[in-house]
Amino acid sequence: MNTRVDPGLTKPEGAVAPAAWRSLLLQHPLLRPAAALLVLLVLDALLVPGFFRLEIKDGHLYGPLVDILNRAAPLMLAALGMTLVIATRGIDISVGAVVALSGTVAAMLIGGTMVVNNGVPEYVANTPMGTALAAAFGVALLCGLWNGVLVAGIKLQPIVATLILMVAGRGLAQLLTDGQIVTVYYQPYFFLGSGYLFGLPFALYVVAAVLAATLLLVKKTALGLFIQAVGINPVAARLAGLRTATLIVFVYVFCSACAGLAGLLVTSNIKSADANNAGLLLELDAILAVTLGGTSLAGGKFSLAGSMIGALIIQTLTWTIYSLGVPPEVNMVVKAVVVFIVCISQSGEFRALLKRRSA
Amino acid sequence: MSAIASGARGLSAAPWFTSLVTVILLVVMLGIGGAAYPGFLSMQVGFNLLIDNAFLLVVAIGMGFVILSGGIDLSVGAVLALSTMLTAWLLQNAHWHPAAVILAVLLLGAMFGGAMGLIIHLFKLQPFIVTLAGMFLARGLCYLVSVESITIDQPFFVAVSQTQIPFLGGFLSPGAVIALVALLLAVWLAHFTAFGRAVYAVGGNEQSAAMMGLNVGATRVGVYALSGLCAALGGVLFSFYMLSGYGLHGQGLELDAIAAVVIGGTLLSGGYGYIAGALSGVLVLGAIQTLIAFDGTLSSWWTKIVIGGLLFVFCVVQRIMGGRAK
Repeated sequence: MNTRVDPGLTKPEGAVAPAAWRSLLLQHPLLRPAAALLVLLVLDALLVPGFFRLEIKDGHLYGPLVDILNRAAPLMLAALGMTLVIATRGIDISVGAVVALSGTVAAMLIGGTMVVNNGVPEYVANTPMGTALAAAFGVALLCGLWNGVLVAGIKLQPIVATLILMVAGRGLAQLLTDGQIVTVYYQPYFFLGSGYLFGLPFALYVVAAVLAATLLLVKKTALGLFIQAVGINPVAARLAGLRTATLIVFVYVFCSACAGLAGLLVTSNIKSADANNAGLLLELDAILAVTLGGTSLAGGKFSLAGSMIGALIIQTLTWTIYSLGVPPEVNMVVKAVVVFIVCISQSGEFRALLKRRSA
Repeated sequence: MSAIASGARGLSAAPWFTSLVTVILLVVMLGIGGAAYPGFLSMQVGFNLLIDNAFLLVVAIGMGFVILSGGIDLSVGAVLALSTMLTAWLLQNAHWHPAAVILAVLLLGAMFGGAMGLIIHLFKLQPFIVTLAGMFLARGLCYLVSVESITIDQPFFVAVSQTQIPFLGGFLSPGAVIALVALLLAVWLAHFTAFGRAVYAVGGNEQSAAMMGLNVGATRVGVYALSGLCAALGGVLFSFYMLSGYGLHGQGLELDAIAAVVIGGTLLSGGYGYIAGALSGVLVLGAIQTLIAFDGTLSSWWTKIVIGGLLFVFCVVQRIMGGRAK
């Protein structure tokens, strides 16, 4: 019944003895985030009647699980990019601003003009959709390049370097739209964020494609190792002959590209671009998702699958809070408490304290 | 020639050089404003800069201490909002005496900040992530108090908000006076007390500070408690100014405060800068807003773009100068 596609949950397999396999499973870094997600899902199954129900309407798959996955799509994309940035000891707090900027560019270029064709009113895009999407994506890449050059070239602290774009980016987006909300009328654009392909929301395919491409890059090439090396010790990595500056620029460009895609999904889903509120605080949710997934904020250790699970935990939590009729405002308090618990339990000091107690 | 060059180098290497640049920038901005718009250079326009940004000045002072100690506090905007909310709720719904309300709010703010400092120190966590969680918590707590904005009509608060204190031919608001007093106290705390010297030492090099026998933990908790206290005081001033409590107050304020501190000449890596720089930083931010308001054709988002640009310039200048010093 549960048709979720979760590459992260496929455990390493091989000819391992059952006992060793069990200990491998218990020590697997994804165990805790996956368990947390499972607990949430079980809670939902108990509290929300029909939580696991999936039904097919008009050839589309409907149900709470699909809904959660669909809504988590922008966050999952942002978390993917953020994972690599955090793995190099960096942080990118301009994600929300990039979402707003790319979404705004796409929405403005596409817009939509009504044309009456044989008596049937039809909306036509102002700019060909391919060009518009490429332009929006290009803007996101430029944002990433800017962040990357500030961090790797001028050597600003990542939080400060991306703070600049966080402040100015949203301002630029508002400048483009004159502070107005831009509405899109062009039908084909909506497919990106609210269309269905083979019964599943199209946004999920976007996420799956980006995740697959990233996993391939990180696991099948040396890139993953390089990123880890930079995160663990940037100086040693440079002395070992890695081009750390290029690597760091790459991860920031990658992060902004993910954010740009997320911006396209968001604007297409709500059929408009709101420069003020699109992607507001998304960077914080993305950082939270990455932390929940077991990636260390100190750099080096990272898990893409973990970040995906982290994003799903956040979205499931939000969904649960809404569906239980708890005021949505409580969401922030719950998130805050979760961050505190996760961070404290991750810290070496806390583990040392536990060991001393149990000894 | 070489004497001038070495003189210039000596000048740019002086610790107060960036602060000087900020002051010159402020004077240039006011000059441009005065040349372009009649009436811009009146005393009252200058005072209004202080009146409208009193809360930001107080918050930036707290942020200044945190950044000097090598940390960062992202929760100040949320703590300010929570303070306005608590102030409004305690006044309007619980009918406490104003003095008790202000005291309680300030105490809670200091405790909130202190608790974050304690977590940062005990578990060796990054200040960034802990204060981020603190930000979520404080904003969430706002909405637990009330989702709606609460209007304050308590006579004392209304009276304070309408008071004008005559000063040098113009007037100041009580909020602006409180902010200036807070600034003087903060300068004294930073430069004439053991706590202030400990903050600089911890920000300069934590290990050396610990080896010198300074109590790093107490200093850190103290710094975040001070920042929480300043954010809460900013919240009280904001309630004087707006006469309401609302969970959306002070959104993005932490970034304005960080920007003010950086523009004021404090190095984000810690240990270097002046608390008084917060005043020039806040005035520059205020002057940008005033210029844009005077122009009338520029929209408010230009403020964000200009602040972003200024942040960029100052960070790069700091970076280049820091590189030369080493």
